[in-house]
Amino acid sequence: MISLSHYLVLGGILFAISVLGIFLNRKNVIILLMAIELMLLAVNMNFIAFSHYLGDIHGQIFVFFILTVAAAESAIGLAILVVLFRNLHTINVDDLDHLKG
Amino acid sequence: MRVDMQTLYLVVPLAPLFGAIVAGLFGRLVGRTGAHVVTIAGVAVSFIASVLVFQDVLAGHTFNGTIYTWMTLGDLRFEVGFLIDALTAMMMLVVTFVSLMVHVYTIGYMHDDPGYQRFFSYISLFTFSMLMLVMSNNFLQLFFGWEAVGLVSYLLIGFWYTKETAIYANLKAFLVNRVGDFGFILGIGLVLAHFGSLDYATVFAKAPSLASETITLWPDTPWMLMSVIGILLFIGAMGKSAQFPLHVWLPDSMEGPTPISALIHAATMVTAGIFMVARMSPLYELSDTALSFIMVIGAITALFMGFLGMVQNDIKRVVAYSTLSQLGYMTVALGASAYSVAVFHLMTHAFFKALLFLAAGSVIIAMHHNQDIRYMGGLKKYMPITWVTSLIGSLALIGTPFLSGFYSKESIIEAAKMSHLPGAGFAYFAVLAGVFVTAFYSFRMYFLVFHGKERFHQGHGHGNEPDAHHGHDGPPHETPWVVTGPLLALALPSLAIGYMTIEPMLFGDFFGRAIYVADRHPVMHELNQEFHGAMEMGLHALATLPFWLAVAGVGLSAFFYLKRPDIPAAIAQRFSFLHRMLLNKYWFDELYSWVFAKGARALGGSLWRRGDQNVIDGFFVNGSAHLVERFSRLVRAFQSGYIYHYAFAMLIGVFALVTWFARLN
Amino acid sequence: MRHALMQFAPAFPEIFVLIMISLILVVDAAVDDGKRFLAYFLSLVTLAGASFLTLRDFSTLPVLTLGGLFIDDPLSDVLKLFLYLSVAIVLVYSRDYLRQRGLYKGEFFVLALFALLGMMVMVSASHFLTLYLGLELLSLSLYAMVALQRDSSVATEAAMKYFVLGALASGMLLYGMSMVYGVTGSLGLGDIAIALQDGTDLRIPLVFGIVFIVAGLAFKLGAVPFHMWIPDVYHGAPTAMTLFIGSAPKIAAFAFVIRILGQGLESQVSDWRGMLVILAVLSMALGNIAAIAQSNLKRMLAYSAISHMGFMLLGILAGSQNGYGSAMFYVLVYALMSLGGFGMILLLSRAGFEADRLEDFKGLNRRSPWLAFMMLLLMFSMAGVPPTVGFYAKLSVLQAVVEIGYVWLAVAAVLFSLIGAFYYLRIVKLMYFDAPHDAAPIKASPDARVVMSVNGLAILALGIMPQPLMAVCIHAIRASF
Repeated sequence: MISLSHYLVLGGILFAISVLGIFLNRKNVIILLMAIELMLLAVNMNFIAFSHYLGDIHGQIFVFFILTVAAAESAIGLAILVVLFRNLHTINVDDLDHLKG
Repeated sequence: MRVDMQTLYLVVPLAPLFGAIVAGLFGRLVGRTGAHVVTIAGVAVSFIASVLVFQDVLAGHTFNGTIYTWMTLGDLRFEVGFLIDALTAMMMLVVTFVSLMVHVYTIGYMHDDPGYQRFFSYISLFTFSMLMLVMSNNFLQLFFGWEAVGLVSYLLIGFWYTKETAIYANLKAFLVNRVGDFGFILGIGLVLAHFGSLDYATVFAKAPSLASETITLWPDTPWMLMSVIGILLFIGAMGKSAQFPLHVWLPDSMEGPTPISALIHAATMVTAGIFMVARMSPLYELSDTALSFIMVIGAITALFMGFLGMVQNDIKRVVAYSTLSQLGYMTVALGASAYSVAVFHLMTHAFFKALLFLAAGSVIIAMHHNQDIRYMGGLKKYMPITWVTSLIGSLALIGTPFLSGFYSKESIIEAAKMSHLPGAGFAYFAVLAGVFVTAFYSFRMYFLVFHGKERFHQGHGHGNEPDAHHGHDGPPHETPWVVTGPLLALALPSLAIGYMTIEPMLFGDFFGRAIYVADRHPVMHELNQEFHGAMEMGLHALATLPFWLAVAGVGLSAFFYLKRPDIPAAIAQRFSFLHRMLLNKYWFDELYSWVFAKGARALGGSLWRRGDQNVIDGFFVNGSAHLVERFSRLVRAFQSGYIYHYAFAMLIGVFALVTWFARLN
Repeated sequence: MRHALMQFAPAFPEIFVLIMISLILVVDAAVDDGKRFLAYFLSLVTLAGASFLTLRDFSTLPVLTLGGLFIDDPLSDVLKLFLYLSVAIVLVYSRDYLRQRGLYKGEFFVLALFALLGMMVMVSASHFLTLYLGLELLSLSLYAMVALQRDSSVATEAAMKYFVLGALASGMLLYGMSMVYGVTGSLGLGDIAIALQDGTDLRIPLVFGIVFIVAGLAFKLGAVPFHMWIPDVYHGAPTAMTLFIGSAPKIAAFAFVIRILGQGLESQVSDWRGMLVILAVLSMALGNIAAIAQSNLKRMLAYSAISHMGFMLLGILAGSQNGYGSAMFYVLVYALMSLGGFGMILLLSRAGFEADRLEDFKGLNRRSPWLAFMMLLLMFSMAGVPPTVGFYAKLSVLQAVVEIGYVWLAVAAVLFSLIGAFYYLRIVKLMYFDAPHDAAPIKASPDARVVMSVNGLAILALGIMPQPLMAVCIHAIRASF
C-alpha cells in the first residue's frame, strides 16, 4: 500500500534534486531552467498527494494554476536566455559574474 | 495674561527659525544684506522675548505644558512642550544674547565669504535648535535638540569645505559625538523602560520611588538603576561637552569660522551637557556613584586639558583648550551637587569665553587670517579695543577678584573642597592646580599677542582660511565696529555679571524648584554659611590660595614670555618627552586610530579605487571599528556574483532555520 | 445574475487596470514612435482611474468575495493607493531616462501596469492561490522589465540571476504552502487560521512549511540570507527598473507577509517570530556594514534596502497590531525614500551617463542647491536623523519591539543604524563639501523636479507631522484584523 508519506518523500526527493541542480550545476543555464521546472513538479506532487488523502479538490485545482504559471515562467526564462546569449555569446553559468561585491 | 506668555514662549525659538529659513532658502533672493538683516532681527526679537520671559519668571511664573502632540504610539505620547523656569529662562537669555552678538560680529568676520547667507542661516538654525533643547519639557525633545545642535555644528565645522582639515575635523566631531549619543539614547531608553514616560515632571516625580531599584547588566552584578541611567546620560554629556576621553573633537572643531567657535564651541552647545545634568538633578541626586564619576571625569578634564593649552601656538586652539578645562570645572561642580554653581559658571563662562573667541577672531582678521601667536606680538597699540577687551576676558577667565569668572570659579573650588564623595580630594587638587595652569596659558597667549616684539612681519603668507585676500601690507589696524561692538557688549557682563548675580543665583531662591539638591549633599548649604556678600568675597580672596596661584601663573608667564623668551625653549628641550606629550595631546588621536583601525589605510587603495581616500581615512581611522571593515570585506567576498553561491546561501538559510526550529519543537 | 456581478464589485480597480492594460497594448501597437506619450498618458490615466475607484469604494469593513479568494479591506485599500502613487512617481521620474535609452515604449508601461496588477492582487489576496498568482504576475513582469534593455549585458545578467533565484524562492514558497495545506486541509487564509487555532499534532510538518514560507517571503523582501539577488539586480538593471523594483514591490511584499504570517499563521507567532528575529538581525547587520564599502550608489542603496527591510521586520515580528501598524508605516516611508533616492539618480542622468556612482554626486550643492537639499533630506531620513520621517519610522518599530520585551534587539538595531548613518552622511559630505566632478548642467524635466521637490519635502513634512499617516496605518491594521 502506498501511503501519503511515500508521496511526500518522493516530492521531497524531487525538490532536493532540483535545488541541488541549481547550485551544483556550474555550466549550462538551460539546466537551471530544467531544475526550476522539476521543483514546481515536486510541489505539484505534494499538492496532489495531500489533495487526494484529504479528499479536498482545491489542492488539485492549485496544481493546474502552478502548471500554467510554470509555462509562463519558462517562456520568460527562455526569452531572457536568448537575450543573454546574444549579449554574452555564452550560456555558461560561470560567466555570469560581472555583477558582484 | 498666561496665554500671552505662551505666545511669547513660541516666539523665542521660532523667530530665529524664520530667519534661518529665509536666509537659507531664499538667500539669493534677499541678498547679503537681506540675509543678515532678517536673521539678526529674528535673534533680536528672540532676545527681547527672552528678557520678557525672564522677567516673568522672576515674578514667580513658571510654565510646564505641551504645545503640540507629535504622535502617539500605543500609550506613549511624543510631544513638543516647554518647561519654563529659572534655569530655562537663564539659559534662554545667555543663548540669545551671545547669539545676537555673534550674528552682528559675523557681518564683519565673514564679510568677503561667498557662503555669507548660508552661514547666517546655519547660525540662526543653531540658535533655534539650542533654544528647543533648553526649553524642552521632555526627553525626546531634548534628544531632538541635542541631535540638531550637533548636526548644525557638524555643518559649520565643515563650513570651509575646501579645507581638508575642516572636513577631517567635522567627521571626527560627528563620530565622537556618535559614541556619546549612543550612551545618551540608551539612557533615555532606560528611562522610558522603567518610568514609562519621557516627560520630565513625571519622571522626576517617580524617581525617588525607584531609587533603590537595581538592574542586572551581567549575571550576579546588580547595578543601581539610577547610577546606570545617570552614567549613560552623562556619557551623552561627555560627547557634547567634550569631557575626557571624548574631548578629542573640540580642538579640531576650531577649523570652523571663529564666530562658530564662539557661539557653539564655547558659549552654548558645549554647555548643553552641563545644562542637561543640572536639569536632571532630581535623578543625579539619587546616585552617589554617578556624581562621583562625573566629578572625577570633570577633574581630569579640568587639569589635563589645561596643560595642553600651555604649548599650543594657534590662538584659537589655546582658547579651545581653555574651554575644555573650564567645562571640566563646571563638571566638577555638578559632581559636587553644586548644580547652581555649575550653571553660574556656565553663564559667566559663556560671556567671557565668547568675548575671548571673538577677540581672537578680531586679531585673526587683523593678522590676515594667520592664527599663529608666534607671529604676532605688540598688537596693543594697533588694536586698542581688542586689546582692552581681551585683557578683561583673560582676567575674568583666570578669576581676578570682582570679575565675573572669579565668583563662579572660586565657588567651584570651594564646592569641590566641601564635597565628601569619593574622588572629591582629587577634584579639589585638580581645580586648584588648574587655576595656576589657566593663568599661565591665558597670559602666555595675551603677552605673545599684545605685548613684546612685533613679529607679524616674519611669518605672513600663511592665510590658512580661504578668504585671506586682503592687502598684506601696512601695519595691522583695528577692526570695524561690527566686530568691536560685540566685544564691548560682551566685556560688560564679563566684568560685572558675577558680582551682580552671585547672591541670588547661588544663595537666593532664584532657581527655586528647578534644581533639586538632596539633604545628603549639603555642599550648597555649607557654601552659604561661608558667604557674606559679593564684596566681602572679593576682598577675602586676597588671602586665599587660588588668588596667589593665579598671580603666580601670570607672573611666571610674564617672566617667560616678556623677559626671558629663551627659557620656555630651554625647558621644552630639557623636558622634551613631556613637551612632546603635550604637543601630541597625550597621543589620544593616535591611540584611537590605533585601537580602531590599524589596517584601514591599506584598505583604502583596494576598496575605493576611485572612491574617496580622504573620507576613508577620516572615517575609518577615527571611529569605525576594524571589525566593521573586516566584515564588510567578508560580505563582499560572499557576494561573488555566482548564481550557485547565492542559491547555496538561500539553501543554508532554509536548512539552518529548519534544523533550529524543528529541534525546538 | 445581478448577484454574480456584484461579487466582482470589490475587485473593480483590478478589473479596470486589466482593461486599461489591454487598451494600452492595442493603442501602442497602432501608433508610431512619435506618439509614445500616448501610452505614458494612458498609464497615468489608469492610475488616476484606479485611485478613483479605490477611493469611491473605500471599505470600512473587510469584504470577502470571489469564493474567499479575494478580500477588500481598509488595509488593502490604503496599500493600493500607495501602490498607485509610487507607480505614478516612477513613471514621471523615469520618462526622460527611458526616452534617452530607447526604452520609452509600450512594453515598459504594459509591464509596469501588469506588475501593478500583480501587486494589487497580492495586497487583496486572502487565499494561497491568489497570493501565488499575484506574486507570479509581479515577478514575471519584473524579470522582463529588468531584461528590457536588450543590448546591455549587465542588465541581462541581472535579469537571469533574478529569474533563477526568484523561481527558486517561488518554489520554496509553494513547497511551504503545500505543507501548510497538508496540515490544515485548506488554502484560504481564514480557514487556515481557524484550523490552527487550537493547535495541531502535526507540529513538524507545520514548522517545516512555515520555514519554507518564511524563506520565500524573506526572498521577496530581500532579508539576509535570501538577499543575494538584491545588490546585483539593483545594480545591473536600468535605473528606471531599479526604481520600480525598489519601491512599490516592497509595499506589496509587506502585504504578502502580513497576510500570510499575520492573518493565516497568526496562532503560530511564536514559531515565526524567532525566524524573523534572526533574519532581521542579519539583515540590519549585513546591509549596513556592506553598504559602507560600496562605490556605486545603486549598489549602496541596495544594501541599504536590505537593512531597511530588517528594520521593517522588527515591526512585523512584534506580532501586535501596533507592530504591524509601525511596520506598515515603515514600509510606506521606505518606499517614499527609495523613490526619492533612485529618482535622484534618474534626474541627474542623461544620455550616455548614468550618474549612479558616488562620485557623480560630488559638489551637487554647487550644481543645484535645491536638488542637493532634497537628497540631503532623503539621506537623513534613511539614516534616521530627526526631524525627518525616517527617524519616526525607526522609533515606532523599535517601540513595538521593546513592547514585547526584546530590548536587546532594539539596542542592536540602534547600534546598526548608527553604523548605517556613516554611509548616508558620506553622500551628504560629497554633495556639500566636495568640488563637482562633472559640471554639465542638470537637465531634469520640470515635472520631475516638481515631483522630486514634493517627494523630498514630504519626507520632512511627515517627519514634523507623522501622526496622520501613523493614524491611517494603525486604523487600516485595526480595521482589517
